[in-house]
Amino acid sequence: MITEGAIPQRRLRQSIDWALVGVYLVLLLIGWISIYASIHSTGPSSIFAWSARSGKQFVWMLTALGLGGLILFIIPPKIWEALPIPMYLAVLGLLVLVIFVSKDVKGSHSWFELGPVKFQPAEISKITTSLLLAFVLSQQNFKMGRFKDFVLAVLVIAVPMLVIVAESETGSALVYAGFIFVLYREGLSGWWLGLIGLVIGLFISTLTLGAYWSVIVLLGVLVVSTSLSGGDFWKKLGLGGAFVLLMAFLPSAWDAVCAWVQGRMDWMANVAWVPAAGESQTYFWSFLLKVKPIYILLALSILAIPPLARYAYRKRDGFMAVALATFVAGVLLVFSADYIFQEVLQPHQRGRIEVLLGMKEDLSGVGYNVNQSKIAIGSGGMFGKGFLQGTQTTFGFVPEQSTDFIFCTVGEEWGFVGCLVVILLYTFLIVRLILDAERCRGKFTRIYGYCVAACFFMHLFINVGMTVGLMPVIGIPLPFLSYGGSSLWAFTVLLFIFLALYRDEKKYF
Amino acid sequence: MSGDTRHIRLFIGLGIVVLLLLGKIFSLQILEGRYKEDADRNSTIYETIYPTRGVIYDRNGEILVGNKVAYDILVSPREVQPFDTVALATVLGVEPSFIRARLQEYARRRSSIGFQSVTMLRMVPAETYMRFDEVKYRFPGFKGQVRGIRDYPVNAGGNLLGYVSEVNQDYIDSHPGLYRSGDYAGMTGIEAAREADLRGEKGYHIYLRNSRNQIEQPYKDGAEDKEAVPGHDIVTTIDATLQQYGQQLMQNKVGSIVAIEPSTGEILALVSSPGIDVEQLADIGKHYNEIVQNPYKPMYNRAVQASYPPGSVFKLVNGLIGLQEGVLKPSYTYPCYQGYHFGAGHKLGCHSHKSPINMEESIMMSCNAYYCYVLKNILDNKKYANVAEALDAWHEYVESFGFGRKLGSDFPAELSGSIPTSRTYNRAYGRGRWNSTTVISLSIGQGEILATPMHLANLCATIANRGYYYIPHIVKASEGVEIDPRFTEKQYTKVDTTHFSKLIRGMWRAVNSGAGMGGTAWVAHIDSLDVCGKTGTAQNPRGADNSVFICFAPMDNPKIAIAAYVENGGFGATYAAPMASLMVEKYLKGTVKRTALEERMKNADLMSRVKTN
Repeated sequence: MITEGAIPQRRLRQSIDWALVGVYLVLLLIGWISIYASIHSTGPSSIFAWSARSGKQFVWMLTALGLGGLILFIIPPKIWEALPIPMYLAVLGLLVLVIFVSKDVKGSHSWFELGPVKFQPAEISKITTSLLLAFVLSQQNFKMGRFKDFVLAVLVIAVPMLVIVAESETGSALVYAGFIFVLYREGLSGWWLGLIGLVIGLFISTLTLGAYWSVIVLLGVLVVSTSLSGGDFWKKLGLGGAFVLLMAFLPSAWDAVCAWVQGRMDWMANVAWVPAAGESQTYFWSFLLKVKPIYILLALSILAIPPLARYAYRKRDGFMAVALATFVAGVLLVFSADYIFQEVLQPHQRGRIEVLLGMKEDLSGVGYNVNQSKIAIGSGGMFGKGFLQGTQTTFGFVPEQSTDFIFCTVGEEWGFVGCLVVILLYTFLIVRLILDAERCRGKFTRIYGYCVAACFFMHLFINVGMTVGLMPVIGIPLPFLSYGGSSLWAFTVLLFIFLALYRDEKKYF
Repeated sequence: MSGDTRHIRLFIGLGIVVLLLLGKIFSLQILEGRYKEDADRNSTIYETIYPTRGVIYDRNGEILVGNKVAYDILVSPREVQPFDTVALATVLGVEPSFIRARLQEYARRRSSIGFQSVTMLRMVPAETYMRFDEVKYRFPGFKGQVRGIRDYPVNAGGNLLGYVSEVNQDYIDSHPGLYRSGDYAGMTGIEAAREADLRGEKGYHIYLRNSRNQIEQPYKDGAEDKEAVPGHDIVTTIDATLQQYGQQLMQNKVGSIVAIEPSTGEILALVSSPGIDVEQLADIGKHYNEIVQNPYKPMYNRAVQASYPPGSVFKLVNGLIGLQEGVLKPSYTYPCYQGYHFGAGHKLGCHSHKSPINMEESIMMSCNAYYCYVLKNILDNKKYANVAEALDAWHEYVESFGFGRKLGSDFPAELSGSIPTSRTYNRAYGRGRWNSTTVISLSIGQGEILATPMHLANLCATIANRGYYYIPHIVKASEGVEIDPRFTEKQYTKVDTTHFSKLIRGMWRAVNSGAGMGGTAWVAHIDSLDVCGKTGTAQNPRGADNSVFICFAPMDNPKIAIAAYVENGGFGATYAAPMASLMVEKYLKGTVKRTALEERMKNADLMSRVKTN
């Protein structure tokens, strides 16, 4: 494979990050073994048999290694830095095209079929998006703080993401959210991360806890963050905190008041609280009973906004102003969350989220996958049942076990120890990528390295999170482990471009 | 903020996420045990091996309840593929709509059924099953399972034996870990009382299966398999021949015959009529509604559940109490002027017999007046402060004979009857507003006294034993089956054993004095057997009097004590006495010589007299 004579051997060995290559190879092997275990009972006994997935994966692995060698040793690394725009646009074209020419696979239109080979342009799109993002962010005059530049960066990420959503591959689109970490590294305010976290948190809490408690959570977060920025820490925290605490007890207190009034309705109505109020008094009390705590909370909040806004203006407290705006936006989000959930999300996505949040238990329908997956992993215990000994794995109880749910095989046959090893290997991979990236002098390589790390991170978190029931069922593969040629190739290319860029950079120092 | 610290922050975030994942995995794999069980449930299939249910024998080793083979048709809904519903229905002999309805039901319950099989049809006869077996390859997901069902070689003791039927959810819940939906258990009679002995232990073979419910291989090569343990056989105290004979005598009559071996308390026959035919027991599911809707309530075991006034039979108890209290001596004579006159023009009537008479004659002739005096003497005894106290003392005596409480038999659903106390009358009349004449009908076993035929048989056994009884029971101790030690303990009454023989002479004379001598039960006489008996004619507010008779034989060393109770049968001597006597003859002699009497009893039909609502 090593054919380029121009580079001396010693240089080569030193300039390549062999640790990354090693982790890559180990993960590849674990994946291959796990795929073999997953299809063991139905397939033939040889791990190399072409008719079974393990045999095919062996071929994908060899070709992936070839592809890696090609990128590392033959393709000049400068190409990646020179051609991101045409590559990005070409892949974008494929992404759009696939919507119109692909067959419907479980509701999504994202697969190209060329004879025996199937591939998802969404897989490659991660590479081109990473390259273009690295290209855009590494421009001399790029400033994250400048609105125009920021929008450009967001567009680079968002355009393929939206097209992929249009392909009904929401899972793959979600991976692109990971690029926010890259933007953060390159100077995006940490508050943006917080804001996104807040939006997701509010959405979930509205669905599970209801509107009232979501608003309380929102208030609490805003009070603490406002107190931390600008002056008057104790004053803000004291006043705000007291209000939040008071409001937290309001629902139970209000229930008690209503029950009390209800019990004395006749008496209350007959006492002349206001002389000459007459009939209207009865209306007042029955109106009182209809008032819900959430109305009181919102009324009080609205009353508080003008004086707080005036305070923010007088003290030039920009953060306070943003917090007030966030509050208003947040309340709107809370009240529209149900609408978004019911109207915007598709039924199967809604079902997955309902199962995840425990709003619905459906072990034979949507919840089946997760439940079976948890059973497979949970039954592994500390050391697992041993290679090919997993009953859930071998007898095919977990759907998609060799692809999206490959982690179950690890969990069942190798136990907690196996899971720990796999997750630590990924952690090592991500940390190592970031450290390598940080060591780079060229901005392009650094940013690209971060993009790769972000992609792996998102895949790891979403995929493993899904198999253990922390995330909704989102069909994305576990890099290097899941069965599938196109995803393996895409991840290999993604990683090896970084290795090539990194090696290229190190050659000169 | 510079990038130098930002990547550290990202590392911290990564660390948190990794810990979150590992924590969740740790909790799934190490902290929560349930997933291992779920995995076993998922991937192993337990083929249940049903134990043979214990056989029920009579006291002579004759099989009362055996087993025979039938088949259940099971379905694994997940394996079912589209099939010809009509063809399957034809083979199984059911309506196509039945199969469709069941499959729809399984589809609704699919999450709870999962990969398991459910029973669609029960107790399919062997011929039907053979037809199904030939074509079952056309119906994937359907299979047959052998089940033992009950078989009844003799038609004896339907009510007594009880039936076996499928357990319901309540039953499963109240016996945790023992039953699963589709299992059978004894629901009434001996089947229910000795369920724990009869059922045996289920075994299982474990197989590994895949997600399509196909069996892959035996789990651990069968190392974890468990073989079924057959149920224990039960030997009952019943004499099948006697039981069957009693049922024949009681056919077309409502009532009960209970026969006890006095020396052991073993129940020889327990007839309740009308009863459940064993044919119906075998397929209770089919006949259940028919049985329940029968206005004569065949399910109702009159022998232990019906509370009747005992009538004159109860005079024996009052006589014994009088003797024990010292207010009666065998030599005491009382007059009878066609009854007992009390108060202003009140009279408790009696039939015509000679007067005055002594105690022995009072029993022989069943004089009502005599026992009015006896009860009056008991209740107006100066030993007690007032009549209430005296009545409560009387109550204690009566209760010591087993009346007014459950005898504690091993037979389920026994009822207690009732015996009044002073509170009964205080509530009815007010404290101090009643006296011995108010309750005078107690003297002749009427009024507030209620007893089951079993109580009367037990009284008879107590007298036969001269003062004690064994708690009547229906199961004998046998290999692997223990009976409660209380059944082997003598239960003494509060009346000294010396008093009993004084009465027995009267009972002997009632039967053996010959026609025309005034003995009420001469019809019960059997040559060369000293039958001792006491008739009763209990008022029935719902029509003709009930015919009551208790007797034991022989007088010395008695082998059998019987109570017969025939609703609306008239005088004790009309039906109850001949029947009880025939039972004695059958049991002690083997054959019945009095065939004319036997035929008359068997053929008598009193059903039209019995009011059913």
